[in-house]
Amino acid sequence: MTWDWEFVAEILPELLRGLVVTVQATLVGAILALTLGLVFALLRRSQLAAVRVPTAVFVEFVRSTPLLVQLYFLFFVLPSWGVLLSGFQAGVIGLGVHYATYTSEVYRAGIEGVPRGQWEAATALNLPRSRVWRSVILPQAIPRVLPALGNYVIAMFKETPLLSAITVAEMLAVARDIGASTFRYLEPITLVGMLFLVLSLVAAVPLRRLERRVGH
Amino acid sequence: MSDIVDFLPTLLQGALITLQITLGAAVLGLVCAFASGLAAVSGNRLARAVSRVYVEFIRGTSALVQLFWLFFALPLVGIRFEAMAAGIIALGLNIGAYGSEVVRGAIRAVPRSQVEATIALNMSGYQRMRRVILPQAVVGMLPPFGNLLIELLKGTSLVSLITIADLTFRAQILRASTGETATIFLLVLGLYFVMAYASTLGMRALERRAAASIGQRELKVDRSKVIAGTVVS
Amino acid sequence: MAIDNSPEVASRPQPSAGDMVRFEKVVKQYGDNVVLRELDFRVAPGERITLIGPSGSGKTTILRLLMTLETCDGGRIDVDGESLTHMSRGGREVPADEKHIRQVRKKIGMVFQQFNLFPNMKVLRNVAEAPMHVLGMPRAEAETNARRLLDMVGLAAKTDAYPSQLSGGQQQRVAIARACAMQPKILLLDEVTSALDPELVAEVLNVLRDIAASTDITMLCVTHEMKFARDVSDRVLMFDQGQIIEQAPPDKLFSDPDHERTRSFLRAVLEER
Repeated sequence: MTWDWEFVAEILPELLRGLVVTVQATLVGAILALTLGLVFALLRRSQLAAVRVPTAVFVEFVRSTPLLVQLYFLFFVLPSWGVLLSGFQAGVIGLGVHYATYTSEVYRAGIEGVPRGQWEAATALNLPRSRVWRSVILPQAIPRVLPALGNYVIAMFKETPLLSAITVAEMLAVARDIGASTFRYLEPITLVGMLFLVLSLVAAVPLRRLERRVGH
Repeated sequence: MSDIVDFLPTLLQGALITLQITLGAAVLGLVCAFASGLAAVSGNRLARAVSRVYVEFIRGTSALVQLFWLFFALPLVGIRFEAMAAGIIALGLNIGAYGSEVVRGAIRAVPRSQVEATIALNMSGYQRMRRVILPQAVVGMLPPFGNLLIELLKGTSLVSLITIADLTFRAQILRASTGETATIFLLVLGLYFVMAYASTLGMRALERRAAASIGQRELKVDRSKVIAGTVVS
Repeated sequence: MAIDNSPEVASRPQPSAGDMVRFEKVVKQYGDNVVLRELDFRVAPGERITLIGPSGSGKTTILRLLMTLETCDGGRIDVDGESLTHMSRGGREVPADEKHIRQVRKKIGMVFQQFNLFPNMKVLRNVAEAPMHVLGMPRAEAETNARRLLDMVGLAAKTDAYPSQLSGGQQQRVAIARACAMQPKILLLDEVTSALDPELVAEVLNVLRDIAASTDITMLCVTHEMKFARDVSDRVLMFDQGQIIEQAPPDKLFSDPDHERTRSFLRAVLEER
């Protein structure tokens, strides 16, 4: 069986519809991962052990276990506890929480990278805690780790195919359906691979520029 | 409680398959990582280009897509892998690309002054790499490799989608047949966590030995370097 | 080991046809910065010369060119009758390839300011490694030789230690033993005590004095240690902006330099001591 360009032209529109779902899932998941990650990072710095320890345990647990199983958990277990999530909802929550555990490490490195002297100066000026974070620490911590955060968003983009396992009609699911009904898997899956490759490379360009500006 | 006792045997069998795939892919990945990493720092332009293409291609596409491609698409051009082989090869090549960047970075991180010392002693390029540069580079590779191993372990769950009876697959089967979703999935997550933790402990022991081989007691790990670029898929 | 301060030192043979090192119109630049402009200089076999001068004057560059850590942008360098920079191929002279360079490099050894010991090897192995794998010495012979050299530099007790467990002065002495283990004809010393705490400087300089007194190895030193330079050198060369502005035996140069630049440099260096 050889490559059929006509077939490619036929299936491209369908695949692109799947791409839209992929991109939507990535964006929602990324927003969740980037905000929740910061929350986790801050909670892990809490003075209260009752806050710090459970957060740390939760983050380590989620980080060390497969996303696929976590997606199954959200999609299949929660309904028995009364929470009914659609495939897309379970998918972006799973993606977002899982990657929040990665981004929390990135934020942590960024915060710890802010020189001690900054904290000391803020104390000497008697700034209230929230102001110290808002005006001094975070503005210095976050820009430096933006490239790493960007890399994780791209990584999330590439993990969206897992959502096909919980019935989300993203790109790979569409490819599989085409394959199952036409028995031609070669073109759909290869095309999906190419689309991922092209989009990740394109997304990486502003990221490299950002890396250089931030001084990596 | 008796449910757990019922589920455990089949889940443990699944865990065994998971470990086998992890091991197989880890070995393949290590080979690919070193071959590609050494090519990336070599003087040969073709070798550098091949390595670059391999790394960018794999890292730019999704692990699941690579797996499906190997299992579903390749047979259509005549290359057929049975499921286990497809799983190990896909995951091994995938983790090898990330590992290649670790190898490359660690070799380049060895200070230039060490290279100059080997020039002053008139060592050949091979001797320099084998006796001075690589032993020092390997020490710096261990922490990122430890992270990649955990990523690989998690990545093996993907093979459940090409019908390999690993831990995740068995969880789905049990769920479908018994409906005891919470217990099953919590057990499964727990088993993965235990395997990941054991792997972390193992890597820490290896890191201590590596530190000893350069006369230190504990490896100093630069946390920021460990984070960037260590995600599979 | 007697230190040879006798007047005979000052009358050692002047550079001649049998030069150990010869730089001919050597040019070296980094980008727009020309460090050496058509430099000519020679060193006789067994001669001990010290290069002094302000930083950026090119003295370290000369050592690095000789050790082939850099390549020159013009001119040629000859070592013990063979060219380091060129080789003959088919009757013509072409730039030397790696194989040729390694052949000539055999005669040169270097000790670095930052010691550069191999952290993944214990002290004994650091010294024995290159003789074993580059000179092809059998392991037993290489190790015996290494122990002898380590004893000579006063570190017989430390053969089993890792470099990270030694002080700076001890590491530098191991580095000297390591360089000597390759039996070079020329020893290059690039500010070998500049990175050491003051109280560790003497132990390293004493080892070098011993080597100077008991062998006839050719030595090129870049250093700020004026007393050492005075004790050991046959000739001191004052560099400035890539040129030798004055050269003379140490007694002459240190006490009665001809050039004003040399005078002001020596004043500044001696003042900070």
